[in-house]
Amino acid sequence: MTLLRLAWRSLLNRRSTVLLTVFTIGLSIALLVMVEQLRTDVRQGFYRSVSGTDLIVGARTAPVQLLLNTVFGIGTPGNSISHESLEHIEAQRMVEWTIPLLIGDSHRGERVIGTTGAFFEHYRYADRQPLELAAGETFTDLFDVVIGHQVARRFGYSVGDEIHLAHGGGNVSLHEHEEHPFTVRGVLEPTGTPVDRNLYIPMNAYGVIHVGWESGVHRPGSGLDADEAREHAHEHEPEEISAVLVGLTAPAAVFGLQRSLNDYEAEPLTAVMPGITLQQLWRLTGVAELVLRAVAILVVITGLLGMVTVLLTTLNERRREMAILRANGARAWQIAALLVFEAGLIVLGGLVLGIAMALGAIIALGPWLLDVFGLAVGVTAPEPWQWAVLGGIFLVGLLVALVPAIMAYRRTLADGMQVRL
Amino acid sequence: MNAVLAIDSLRFAWPGEDRPVLDIDAFSVAAGEKVFLHGPSGSGKSTLLAAVGALVVPQSGRIELCGSDLSTLSRGGRDRFRADHLGVIFQQFNLLPWLDVTANVTLPCRFSRVRARRAGNAEAAARQLLSAMDLEESLWQRRADTLSVGQQQRVAAARALIGQPELVLADEPTSALDADRRDRFLDLLFERVEVAGSALLFVSHDLALGARFDRVVELPEINRAGVAA
Repeated sequence: MTLLRLAWRSLLNRRSTVLLTVFTIGLSIALLVMVEQLRTDVRQGFYRSVSGTDLIVGARTAPVQLLLNTVFGIGTPGNSISHESLEHIEAQRMVEWTIPLLIGDSHRGERVIGTTGAFFEHYRYADRQPLELAAGETFTDLFDVVIGHQVARRFGYSVGDEIHLAHGGGNVSLHEHEEHPFTVRGVLEPTGTPVDRNLYIPMNAYGVIHVGWESGVHRPGSGLDADEAREHAHEHEPEEISAVLVGLTAPAAVFGLQRSLNDYEAEPLTAVMPGITLQQLWRLTGVAELVLRAVAILVVITGLLGMVTVLLTTLNERRREMAILRANGARAWQIAALLVFEAGLIVLGGLVLGIAMALGAIIALGPWLLDVFGLAVGVTAPEPWQWAVLGGIFLVGLLVALVPAIMAYRRTLADGMQVRL
Repeated sequence: MNAVLAIDSLRFAWPGEDRPVLDIDAFSVAAGEKVFLHGPSGSGKSTLLAAVGALVVPQSGRIELCGSDLSTLSRGGRDRFRADHLGVIFQQFNLLPWLDVTANVTLPCRFSRVRARRAGNAEAAARQLLSAMDLEESLWQRRADTLSVGQQQRVAAARALIGQPELVLADEPTSALDADRRDRFLDLLFERVEVAGSALLFVSHDLALGARFDRVVELPEINRAGVAA
């Protein structure tokens, strides 16, 4: 098409300004795409972690808090529930499996979770994938620890290494369970969930290492030695656990069970459905997301306005060009169309550049995000509505270009063929 | 009838002004005729060219171009008409600086199917005209703004002539040239106008050029609106 080729040549002529404009729009598009992509990835990341869990049961607390604390290690651990409650849950019809979780200790800032072999057997992530071992095996001894992929990677641990756990959370461990070193027995494959950053020990070991710690600090001379502990491990089955993940034989049973657990009289419990609780969480974070989106949209608008400014300022110096075009047969609307085409090419360039920059940044930052935040980001094809937004931006770009285009149209009509400088 | 351009009782005033700039009873240019239109500045030369070019619409009177009354045409129709039947050369800065020389010459063929059809292969026609206008082949792919003023005027002439328009309007095309180059330019322009069979309406204040034309018309004599005070 003639006009499009002319528009292209005209842009090439002003390539420095045009490139800057394309870059400005590109940056704004990149921001928008990244915000959207990260938003989606964060949400998916959360869903990944609870894909196989029907209910999470803990002490009476806010559902979002229970979910964040037990699965994602966000916030401080709440109260515990009694072992009897766990047994009560296990005894329910339709309950297929339970994974008890004990939370509270840490190792070099990462969470140490006490659980049972059921965890490795029943826990599911992403598309209901089971956990796989990258090396070693699951619990064979009381003082075994199975570590997440990132724990192994960051601290350089491999099967057979001995590590010490710290009492309580945090990075600086003032009180270590020095008397009970643990042996790395297995390393899990990466999952892109908080599992990668956790260390798992047998639930009973949790009980054992806390003998003598009843007051919160270690009472000198108390505690069990390792062999003694192994022998009496079953006696140290912890009396309290932090939370239970529950899987059901029939998903439809979840509502009934949730209600009955929430009404459980022996102990105040909170049972939450992870998916629904995440929905509640999104409602909370929705405002922040909205603000982020609004900022991104505003930046895009700024970029487009910048383009119009550039087109408007060139309008004066291009008055002669327009007169030449007109004298050689260009109709007034064709001159207006020329400007719209130029804007279209600029916005298109900005869109392509922006998407490329956003995807490039996501690919480049991906490993770091996974490392620091345990956030699995990936390049996913934009959803139809996201394409629609990008297409909408293109259209808005053409639309705002109508301002200089209409001005050029009027001017060419008024100027006619007279070229005045 | 073989008049390319026929003006009858033309009156034109710029919007918002009472005094007309043009008040011409009759003026015509025959097919293939080379007419020199002489007039001092302010005598309405540019306005007359704009009217002939159908860029402004007179308040009364007729302008017939190639047998069509311009006032009966719609705005788009006038644009198409201009593209099809007129070649234009300005005083200077005729070319789009960001196009190469050849693309500048073929420009009218992009906007007019009639001109494109008559030119046949636009690129070939452009090359032929460029060499006829004495422009070396090494210049053809250069950006237009890298050429000298004289070269640019010859490119503009080649462009005005591509696709053999019935009428070529030239608005002081030699005023930026020195005497030697001016004569050379006129030689080439005349030659090509004759080959194309186009009429030429050449506007200038430099009466010395007039002798070479078929006819010299003094604009103040035909324009009763007179010289601006």
